[in-house]
Amino acid sequence: MGMSDAEQLLRDLCIRGLDGDAQAYHAFLLKLGMHLRAFLSRRLFGWPDEVEDLVQECLLAIHNQRHTYQPEQPLTAWVHAIARYKMIDFLRAKAGREALNDPLDDDLEIFAESAIDASDTRRDLNGLLDTLPDRQRLPIVHVKLEGLSVVEAAQRTGMSESAIKVGIHRGLKALALKIRRRE
Amino acid sequence: MKTEDLVAMLATNVDAVPRKAASRQIGLALAVGLPLSVLLMATEYGVRRDLLTAFGWPMFWVKLLVPLCIAVFGFVAVQRLARPGVSPRRAWLGIVAPVLFIWLLGVLVLMSAPADVRATLILGQTWRSCVFNIAAISAPIFAASLWALKRLAPTRPAAAGAAAGAMSAGTGAAVYALHCPELAAPFLAIWYVIGMALPVLAGAAIGPRLLRW
Repeated sequence: MGMSDAEQLLRDLCIRGLDGDAQAYHAFLLKLGMHLRAFLSRRLFGWPDEVEDLVQECLLAIHNQRHTYQPEQPLTAWVHAIARYKMIDFLRAKAGREALNDPLDDDLEIFAESAIDASDTRRDLNGLLDTLPDRQRLPIVHVKLEGLSVVEAAQRTGMSESAIKVGIHRGLKALALKIRRRE
Repeated sequence: MKTEDLVAMLATNVDAVPRKAASRQIGLALAVGLPLSVLLMATEYGVRRDLLTAFGWPMFWVKLLVPLCIAVFGFVAVQRLARPGVSPRRAWLGIVAPVLFIWLLGVLVLMSAPADVRATLILGQTWRSCVFNIAAISAPIFAASLWALKRLAPTRPAAAGAAAGAMSAGTGAAVYALHCPELAAPFLAIWYVIGMALPVLAGAAIGPRLLRW
């Protein structure tokens, strides 16, 4: 599949997702994850363990900022700008932490290969969610993990429907911040 | 955490998102900030009494349109810089060109004026307060536009902050022009430009700290 085919496919799925098609959006994020994994492991071959961390950070950022994509723009340009921004942010933090260490190992090639496969990251979604206040945690748990509708989640929690929506939105932004700070 | 689990969570019950979020958010910031700026100008400084007469003077229009042009292209630049992978491109020209124009006009006016009025053309009667007043009147729009940028995704935060500053500065200076008694091009070329530069510099300075995401 050529670059422009990938662009076309991803863009179609993304636009349908932005219009509220959850199935297309799911397919979009999965394909994007693979694309990001390749994009980031080419650039972060010195830190294979961090690639999946950063893939997840990028996916969450892309989801939280999806309102800034406009269909007239090439999707890959938008995605790469976000991935690059997150990567530079990561490298900056890394440089601060490991200013005195040489981060490059001898067996780079092996790491570069192995990083292509998706691996688990050490961070734990439930653990991260537990650090959020209830007004953000409960909407995410009910609507995004258990799959209840906003109306059902509102009944279950006694919160208003708009509070559920705001809670999801702010909660995912708060999660992105926690991941970014590597809490 | 498995990436697939994260993806499944993000995609569950996903809502449709409205289009053109960047323009709308920044437009909203203007809609909130501009009335406050006008109110500040009207109550703290007062609209010039001969405003209707002034509408007939070409220099009044120069004083109004130069900052307005900066505001319009500042808006274009900031709504572009608020979106990852979108460059401001020619919008910078639209911000810089009005400044070059008023500098050129100021130099021409100074060169053609007799030596003994040059100081008046430069200093007018209000040079001491002009810079501060323009920055102060821009402030509500500046604050509102940074708040809007925080809800968007600038990947070049210093440039985005500067563009937000240019939009606010242009709008603020145009609002101030409704009060300001000065009409000489050399005055505008110096004090208006410095007044408008302040929010631009402030935006470039605080953008990287404030607009991280």
